[in-house]
Order: sequence, then C-alpha cells, then structure tokens
Amino acid sequence: MAAPGGFEGTDFRQERPVFMGFTSTQLIAFGVMCAVLLIAPFFLYPVFLMKVLCFALFACAFNLLIGYVGLLSFGHAAYFGMGGYLAGHAAKVWGLTPELSILIGGAVGAVLGLVIGWIAIRRQGIYFAMITLAFAQMVYFFCVQAPFTGGEDGIQSIPRGNLFGVIPLGSDMSMYWVTAVIFLLGFLFIHRAIHSPFGMVLKSVRENEPRATSLGYRTDDYKLVAFVLSAALAGVAGGLKSIVFGIATLTDVFWTMSGEVVLMSLVGGLGTIFGPVVGAAVIITMQNYLAEFGAWVTVIQGAIFVLCVLAFRRGIVGEIGNWLRVRL
Amino acid sequence: MTTINRRALLGTAAAATTLPISALRAQQAQTLRLGVLTDMSGPYRDPTGPGSAICTQQAVMEFAQRLGVQAEVIQADHQNRPDVGANIARQWYDQGVDVVVDVPTSSVALAISQIAREKNKLFLNSGAASSDLTGPACSPNTVHWTYDTYMLAKGTGDALARAGGDTWFFITADYAFGHALQRDTTTFVERAGGRVLGAARYPFPATTDFSSYMVQAQASRAKVLALANAGTDTANCIKQAREFGLTRNMQIAGLLMSFMEVHSLGLETAQGLLLTESFYWDSNDRTRAFSQRVQPRMPNRAMPAQVQAGCYGATVHYLKAAAAMGAAAAKADARAVVERMKAMPTDDDAFGEGRVRPDGRKIHPTMLYRVKQPRESRGTWDYYNLVATNPAEEAFRPMAEGNCPLVRG
Repeated sequence: MAAPGGFEGTDFRQERPVFMGFTSTQLIAFGVMCAVLLIAPFFLYPVFLMKVLCFALFACAFNLLIGYVGLLSFGHAAYFGMGGYLAGHAAKVWGLTPELSILIGGAVGAVLGLVIGWIAIRRQGIYFAMITLAFAQMVYFFCVQAPFTGGEDGIQSIPRGNLFGVIPLGSDMSMYWVTAVIFLLGFLFIHRAIHSPFGMVLKSVRENEPRATSLGYRTDDYKLVAFVLSAALAGVAGGLKSIVFGIATLTDVFWTMSGEVVLMSLVGGLGTIFGPVVGAAVIITMQNYLAEFGAWVTVIQGAIFVLCVLAFRRGIVGEIGNWLRVRL
Repeated sequence: MTTINRRALLGTAAAATTLPISALRAQQAQTLRLGVLTDMSGPYRDPTGPGSAICTQQAVMEFAQRLGVQAEVIQADHQNRPDVGANIARQWYDQGVDVVVDVPTSSVALAISQIAREKNKLFLNSGAASSDLTGPACSPNTVHWTYDTYMLAKGTGDALARAGGDTWFFITADYAFGHALQRDTTTFVERAGGRVLGAARYPFPATTDFSSYMVQAQASRAKVLALANAGTDTANCIKQAREFGLTRNMQIAGLLMSFMEVHSLGLETAQGLLLTESFYWDSNDRTRAFSQRVQPRMPNRAMPAQVQAGCYGATVHYLKAAAAMGAAAAKADARAVVERMKAMPTDDDAFGEGRVRPDGRKIHPTMLYRVKQPRESRGTWDYYNLVATNPAEEAFRPMAEGNCPLVRG
C-alpha cells in the first residue's frame, strides 16, 4: 500500500499551525465547510444533506485508519451497520433518547473494533484487508439471522425522539442541526487526534513501522487504538444514520458498503482531512440525483473510480492541495 | 434597423417567463403526482420495473381525462435498498408527489409505508409481498393491492393438499422471509389434512448448488416439493430439481413464483410447476383486452405480470377516488382518499370487481395455475392452465387474524 499523502514530488510549503492545529489554508477551508453547513439546508433538501453528513463522518473515520496509519480495512461496514442496528434497537425497543442511542452505536463500533482489530493488526497489507473483510462478512451473516435485526426487513420505524429528552427532532431542520453538530464534533476529534503526539506516532508507523518500533514505540498498541477510534466513529455515523432515516438494514452491513467508503475516501483524497467529506458528498450526490438512471449509477461510479486511480491519484482535495502546494 | 435596448429586452423576457409560470403553478397545484418507485436494475426488474411504470401510465392515460383530473407519473429505482428507497420517497413526498406506487421488496415497502403515514401521503403497494403491511404494520395511508405471502401460501398450500398432495418437503431459504413462508404454508397443508415430512434450510444468500438438498428431498419420498424462497434461488432449485429427475415423481410448487420467472426459465424447464397468481393476462376477455392495450408499450413487448397489472388497477381506483373528491381535496389529505378508496367498490379490467378492506387489503379471487407443457402452448406468453380458483373472500387472510391495529375495534 502506497503511503497516502506521501506522494513523490509533493513539495508542500512549510506551514505552521495557527489555530488548534489548523494551518491557515486549512482554517480557510474549515471556514468554508462551516459556512456551507450553515447555508446549505436553506437551499438543498435537508434529508439529503444529512445523508451526506452521515457518510462524510463514516468516510472521515475510515480515512483516519487508511490515511494516517496506512491500514486498509475492508470491513468498516461491520462497525457502521452494527452501530446503526444497536442505535436503532436502543431508540426503538429500549426507548432511549437519540444522543444515548448514537453513543451506544459508537460503543458497539468500539467493542467490535477492539475484537476484530486485535486480531487483524497482527497482519499487514492484503492479509489485513482480508481478515477485516472476513469478520465483516461474519457480522453480516449474524445480522441476517439475529432476531433483533429483523432479517431482510431491517429495524423499521425507529423514532427520532427528543434530544436530551426535551428537544423534539421530528422536523428535518432540527434533526439537521443535530447531525451537523455531531459531524463537526467527529471531524474536529479526528483532526485533533491526528495532530496530537499520538497522531505523529501513527504517521510514523505509516511511513516506516520498523523504525517506529526501533524508537521504542509499541506500534501494535498504537495501531489498535487507531483502529478502535475509527470503528467507534464509524459506529457513531451508523447510529446517526439510523436515527435520521428511521431504519437500519442489511445494506449498511453488506460488504458493498465497505467498498463504498473506500471509494469515497479515494475520490476525495486519502490522507487529507477534507478529502473524505468531499468524496462522500460527490458519491452520495451521484447516488441521489442519478437514481433515475438505475443500473447506470454503479457504472458511472466505476468510471469515476477508474478515472481517479488513473488521473487524480491524490483524489479531488489531494489534487487541489498539490496544485496550491498546501496541505488540506 | 431598430436597436434593441438590452435592459428592456431582459425586462420583457423576465416578465414573459413569470406569467406562464404562475399559470402553470396554479395548474400544477391540481395535478395528481404519482411516483413509481421500483426495481429498475436488480432481480425484480422483469416482473415489476419499467413495466410497472408503463402500467401506471396506462391507467393515467385511460382514466385521467375521462375523470376530469390531471395526473403525471414519474419513476425511480430504489435498487432494492431500504435506505435509498426511503430517501427517494421522503424527497418525493416533500416535493409534492402524492402517491408512491409499486415498491417491490418488503423491507423497502415497510419503510415507505411508515413515511407515507408520517407525512399523510398515499402508498399504493403492488410489488411487496409481506402480509405485515396489512397486519401489525398496517397503516391508514397504505393500500396493498396485488398479493401477499399469506395469499400465496394459502393459494398453493391449501389447494395442493386438497388435491391429493398430502406429503410435503420444503427447501427453505434460511432467513426470516423463508421461515415465514414455510410456516404459513405448513399451517394450510396441515389444516387440509396433509403432513410435512421435512425441510432443508440452506444458507441465504449465496447458495447456488442445491444438490444435497435435492437428494434429501428425494429421500423424503414426499409427494410435493415446496420452494420457500424467491427469485434466482427458486429458478436454480427448479433447474436442479429437473436435472436430478425429481419432477418425475414429485410435484414442485414454487411458493413465490410468477409469470416472468416462468418466462425466463422457459416451458421446457418450468412445465408442470404449480403456482398462485392473482392476475394472468389470458384469464378472461377483460384481462385480454387490457393486456393487448398495454403490450405494445411494454419492454420486449411482454404481457403484463401480476404486479404490473396491480399498479394499473390500484392507480385506476386511486384516480376514481381522487376525482370523486376533487383533486385539491385529494392532494390535501391522503387519509381521506384511502377512506374513499375503501368505501368505493373497485372495478378495473385487470382484476375485475372487488373491494379494499378497512385494513388496506385489496381483495380479489386468486388462481392456482399449472405451467403448460411446451406442446400445449400456443405461443410465447401462453403458459398457464387453470387448476383452481380461490374466491375473493377466502383467498386472503381474514381481517381478525391479521392483528392490524386499525380494525381491532
């Protein structure tokens, strides 16, 4: 696996963080993103935007692993989907408030990530990817059979409930703001993690693991923590999605979902903090607005994937960053 | 040569565009909008898909003008994914679509039924089979038209057991749907005096080799082999049952088999199969007339299948109810439209006369067919011999057994 972000010939300007680990260009980009989040619901359909945000968070979580530790997990649907199922179950059957349900989704993702990650990080490259895929398939078949998931019908009509038990989320707008805040918190958390000393060690593992070991770091521990963080955030994204849409289904645990998140990160730009957000927006927009073309959606997605691999190896955001010679 | 003042030109152009728009808006406010949400790319494309959209348009073409209402039909692909389907339906409803039509795949249909209820819009279901839609999950905004799992299980299980098929063996897809189909059918078989000798459950999805289950079925010496699965699994089972020679001494019953699957299997493979349908193009003069009207526009000039005909019938009945109320009132309150649809008797070319029950279930007679042998068939689409007819009032689950909260009194 090529180390993302570490393309040859990338010659970034020396940039210093000016605020909370953001460089000045990142700060501008972050401002633009916040502005878009604020303005978009007045022009675009809020439910569509919420879907974009859920997947953006999911892609950011995935990117934490591949972009900054260099681990390609091919089983992230397991954490996303199980987070969704448990959050849905918590909200519908246990009657918990949405924020607790989403936290439960995150906790489920973390626990699953701990178990699967503990085994998977012992291998590298394709073997790592295959182990994560195998476990994700096990989770999928568990969901097909387990009674609480409702089999192929999924968990239907999950209530959005009241935030903290008081603020009703029935209207799309109020739900949108909650989604936007959770997304931003997740985004900032990931940003903070990768700019902390911990994140520096992760990057050193990505660049040269034996060397990080020789410097005295227990790289396996660092990888496991990163894995658990990524899985937990994927679980939060899944939980958020099931609360927003009121359903949790097999689609979210199926392996194609794992593939979709790889595609989103790749299209947006691996190893860039804004890349997965842009990638998720592009892919979800295509799925949404091209729905009438039916089977062509997947064909178009495939073509974009090929195009990205051939022409935009750094992804959309990565290419822009490279062109402006800044880190995004 | 006159010079045209640019500003004046822009001004008049802008003014000119606003006029027709406001006139158009007023008209659009009265237009009934129907969205056909179906499987355009997956396994259910042939029996539903573009054909469902065409049959819905056919109903609008034939009836809208006659009834004095305006209606338009749009369509989209839900890719058999509940989240995609729910998203499209939500967006449609928010943006002025009044009715979602068809929706094969029960998981998607259950999600949309919930959204329709939440937004007080209408859901005319033809493609989904789950009997929960008029059972525990019934809704005052949903009408379930063509068929359901109960009716299929009863149509085949009951009739076959009475006709001498008194010992059964099941090959069942190992998930909730397969279990439900097996359980329901077993009830009817036992009620009719039959016995179930055994069942083989196979992992779902991704099983393609059914040989070991075929051997088990053969060893059971049951008279009937029932397939509690759907789609390509059913097709594979039928092919392999033929290869193993099971068809010589066993009657095969596809519990969720339909016209288009028989068509794609071909009569050579499918001959002798028993299945239940609520619509067959060649049943009577009215169905023949309807099918011939719609056939030229269908993909591959196919005859309409039952789900597609169901889209036609449901749309006709909806248009009649909406016209009786007035388009504006119909757009404002979908629950009232459903009330009206339940109050009015139904009558259309595809299903004849019938009614919509208070739990949202449309009832009509169902037919048990045997697939013809190749030499009996008089041409493409001539596939069925009628074995038995189940009268409308007996074909579907009695309301009292459905646990629908709307009718619990």
